[in-house]
Amino acid sequence: MITITDVTKSYGDETVLGPVTGQIAKGGVTSLVGPNGAGKSTLMTIIGRLLEPSEGSVTVGGLDVQAAKSRDLAQMMSILRQENHITARLTVRELVAFGRFPHSQGRLTDEDHRHVDLALDFLGLGPLAERFLDQLSGGQRQRAFVAMVLAQDTEYVLLDEPLNNLDMKHAVLMMRRLRDAADELGKTIVIIVHDINVAAAYSDRIIAMRDGTIAYSGTAAEIMRSDILSEVFDTPIEVHELAGRPIAVFDPMAQSVTHDAVRTDEESAVASV
Amino acid sequence: MIPTTTRRILLTATVVGVGALVVASLLVGGYDISLLGLLTDPAQREMFLISRVPRTLALVFAAVAMSISGVIMQMITQNKFVEPTTAGTAQWAGLGLLVGLILIPGASPIVKMVLACLFAFVGTGIFLAVLRRLASRSSIIVPLVGIMLGAVVGAATTYLANSFGLLQSLASWRSGGFSNIVRGFYEPLWIVSIIAVLAFVVADRFTVAGLGKDLATNAGVNYDRIVLLGVTMVALATGVTTVVVGFIPFLGLVVPNLVSMVLGDDLRKNLPWVAVVGVGLLLACDLIGRLIVAPMEIPASVVMGAIGAALFIAIVLRQRRSVYA
Repeated sequence: MITITDVTKSYGDETVLGPVTGQIAKGGVTSLVGPNGAGKSTLMTIIGRLLEPSEGSVTVGGLDVQAAKSRDLAQMMSILRQENHITARLTVRELVAFGRFPHSQGRLTDEDHRHVDLALDFLGLGPLAERFLDQLSGGQRQRAFVAMVLAQDTEYVLLDEPLNNLDMKHAVLMMRRLRDAADELGKTIVIIVHDINVAAAYSDRIIAMRDGTIAYSGTAAEIMRSDILSEVFDTPIEVHELAGRPIAVFDPMAQSVTHDAVRTDEESAVASV
Repeated sequence: MIPTTTRRILLTATVVGVGALVVASLLVGGYDISLLGLLTDPAQREMFLISRVPRTLALVFAAVAMSISGVIMQMITQNKFVEPTTAGTAQWAGLGLLVGLILIPGASPIVKMVLACLFAFVGTGIFLAVLRRLASRSSIIVPLVGIMLGAVVGAATTYLANSFGLLQSLASWRSGGFSNIVRGFYEPLWIVSIIAVLAFVVADRFTVAGLGKDLATNAGVNYDRIVLLGVTMVALATGVTTVVVGFIPFLGLVVPNLVSMVLGDDLRKNLPWVAVVGVGLLLACDLIGRLIVAPMEIPASVVMGAIGAALFIAIVLRQRRSVYA
């Protein structure tokens, strides 16, 4: 279980996150959704101890992420950020093998090699394993980073926009793989997804964030409602049933930009309603 | 990617070539030394042990120090163009050496080395602190910042040297050469072998650091501690090399980039090759400097500067092509 207690993040006077309090249950796929700047990535990087919160604390599997030893955490939780630009020239296999670092400290055992091969297969990277990362397309590179995190074989896996750069085929494959990891291997997967329909199709739970706080959280069916999505994304969204699934549809004629000043007015309007 | 057979041929050729260079470096010089003479003539043997062996060993150690320092700095800054002379580390070491000369006239080499290493450490720390505050960490901006810092420190060093009448010592230091290396003078360089072994032991951690702070933290590595270790090793290697030999530009930049093209950047795999290629390149530069104006000499660092600058430009152009292709 991931427990978030009164977490805030401020830069100077500006608070970009929180206070956020909540829990993410063990097992299954949880998606964080919300508009740009809602604080999804900030929250995830704080959970993954890559960013220090201004206030509050986070525990993952009972370990306080700010206090626990980084190596202990790395054996239990992995995190992949959205942008991973690396200048080092490594092959796909070398990169994925570094996912085993928390377990083997660089001296790979047979068990480590098995996990590396498994992760490469899992994301269809077998034929590309000996290629250098700078010889791959953006989508292939993205899969290599996800494979690295999966090779780490941690109970908790946090992924910020794992579908970045992936075409529809690979996006679906990736989500099914993550679903499998949750169902068959019992992993707790937390992802940030931009496409609300993708989140609905593959998640057990959805956490909708807005303005640095958690606006709604619940099952896909509970969140996939026109009123909730319209409010969270601040744009008219309709939800239709299609092939037995709720599908969110945006309004092509919606006013494209809502200025901050206007939004503040709207917020007070919503509050008074 | 370069095919495996081509790679194997390249690596074998490298080993044979560097071996030949070591032998050549031992045999070439003003005093005639031949393999046969070494066995029969005690005078030749004496000369060999006093002058040739120390010179070749000094070349080997200096080359290992600079190329390994280069590769470590490139990992901890995630930038392919950083090395002791483009980050200001060597210039700071020079300033430390000069401060030693001014404050403690007649100081022992050990004292000078300690000062050079300390200054190199502080200077590299300043460089990294500036980088952390930098909004843009583009591949060209980072070494430019280092070169600028190095130039400022170099200017201060020149000013100080001028004020205290030490310009001549400064000039000999800046044109790092190996002509006056003899027995009893180069021995501190043995510390480089310890640093090289340590670098190999912690190679994986440097590679993980090379993935950047976030991925390194995810792998359970204390990133700041690795950076500190790296800076310490670089400062020691650069400081000692600076005091004994002088300033050797571009070696730490060119060699890791050449090796990376063939083998990639997994340090456990490529570190021995970085050392070997570095030794080969510096030996070649030293030999060229000894041969083209014989019996006079051009310092190895001057030859290295000329060859290194050309290689540097070639690498930059190559990288541009691969980025924008």
